[in-house]
Amino acid sequence: MQTAVRDRRRTSAGPAVRVAVTGLGVAAPNGLGADAYWAATLAGTSGIGRITRFDPAQYPARLAGEIREFSALEHLPTRLLPQTDRMTQVALAGADWAFADAGVDPAGLPEYDMGVITASSSGGFEFGQRELKALWSQGSRYVSAYQSFAWFYAVNSGQISIRNGMRGPSAVVVSDQAGGLDAVAHARRQIRKGTPLVVSGGVDASICPWGWVAQMAGGRLSTSEDPARAYVPFDAGARGHVPGEGGALLVLEDLERARARGAQRIYGEIAGYGSTFDPRPGSGRPPGLRKAIELALGDAGTVAGDIDVVFADGAALPELDRVEAEAIAGVFGPRGVPVSVPKTMTGRLYSGAAPLDLATAFLAIRDGVVPASVGTRPSDAYAIELVTTRPRRMPVRAALILARGQGGFNSAAVVRAVDD
Amino acid sequence: MSDREFTLDDLRRILRDGAGADEAVDLDGDILDAEFESLGYESLALLETSSRIEREFGITLDDDTVTEAKTPRALIDAVNSFLVPARSS
Repeated sequence: MQTAVRDRRRTSAGPAVRVAVTGLGVAAPNGLGADAYWAATLAGTSGIGRITRFDPAQYPARLAGEIREFSALEHLPTRLLPQTDRMTQVALAGADWAFADAGVDPAGLPEYDMGVITASSSGGFEFGQRELKALWSQGSRYVSAYQSFAWFYAVNSGQISIRNGMRGPSAVVVSDQAGGLDAVAHARRQIRKGTPLVVSGGVDASICPWGWVAQMAGGRLSTSEDPARAYVPFDAGARGHVPGEGGALLVLEDLERARARGAQRIYGEIAGYGSTFDPRPGSGRPPGLRKAIELALGDAGTVAGDIDVVFADGAALPELDRVEAEAIAGVFGPRGVPVSVPKTMTGRLYSGAAPLDLATAFLAIRDGVVPASVGTRPSDAYAIELVTTRPRRMPVRAALILARGQGGFNSAAVVRAVDD
Repeated sequence: MSDREFTLDDLRRILRDGAGADEAVDLDGDILDAEFESLGYESLALLETSSRIEREFGITLDDDTVTEAKTPRALIDAVNSFLVPARSS
């Protein structure tokens, strides 16, 4: 039965159902909501500062990109508050904004026509920390029943699904920062199989002591005390990254169906995707990032010369920066394409980072402007053309977004404008 | 072990603290015989509620007690049936 349904779909729509983005829901340390985020990003306003959520004095890393102005009570019913971690509260608000931006009321659509596919890298650490503390200081009877799911990787998908009555194909992808692209690629797959609409993207938020030491254990955090220079990818002084919280949720739709419903806005399409895994250390084989880029370009049916801008992963560790710069220069030629890392203004948002970069790319396409990477002074050792200091006005029709994850994940996505 | 009675006000407070309150429901209204489901509380919310009652009143409730009590009146009666023997002893 399933095969027959899929085959019919292929025959009627062809193998390449195009997948459009029609709504953006953004929550970033330098701006809540897509408009505030975009204005801050173009102005070069950073959201990185000393941690306020807890006293970071005893830890070697003390800076983060915190979302300062989010109040869950303003956005969500009180019934949801005791059962949700901060990341889920931000994700639920983000999904609401994405729907509003898309002009879609999920209550008015068939529930099996809508799916939710998000990425997650850590789950609800703050909620989990509170319950673990209760467990060890007071006993098991003091642990919330909601701990059974509130911490869980899939909880953002689950809560968005329940709140909006979306019962189509839903999932979570856990592959660190790369997961943000992997989830959107999976959403595209489900739309191509016949689900008209999927909300996808990711929101992470684990700036609490437990989340913090877990991130420190990865060995990649910047210990700089200077917010302006702590996270400087492709800089000779790169010394790791500053973590942040937030991300973005995007409404993805079958392009033809979106047009048929008279969608008020089509930001563009998810045109291509590729992912690879790095070889075992010491194997002597090359890193997998370049191959991921080539797969994404091939999947989009495009060539390097058609890409106007690259939003880089920007790990800000010398070895990882070198690998990324070589992959970009290898595909586009030395200094062959403008490259930007706007996450220098938010910190790395883990599973939320790449969805935010996707949103940024669509805003860049809409407005014809590439935001700058702030604070970083690109090293001549890397043959890439980093956009720094101020945004660059230029037509943007297609963008490449890169995201990697600790442990060897590489993902790349191509997004591009859709002609009316 | 508590020696006080478990009241509707106790239940309201514990529901609010543990599970929040549905905006469409007046928890302060006449809810004694309303079904928990219609008040917006599903099984997990009631599990959290019973766990909080147990902590505060120093009792242990049977799982059946909680799942079989469909209304605030039924739950209050059930909880007090655990409390009353303790008070009389």
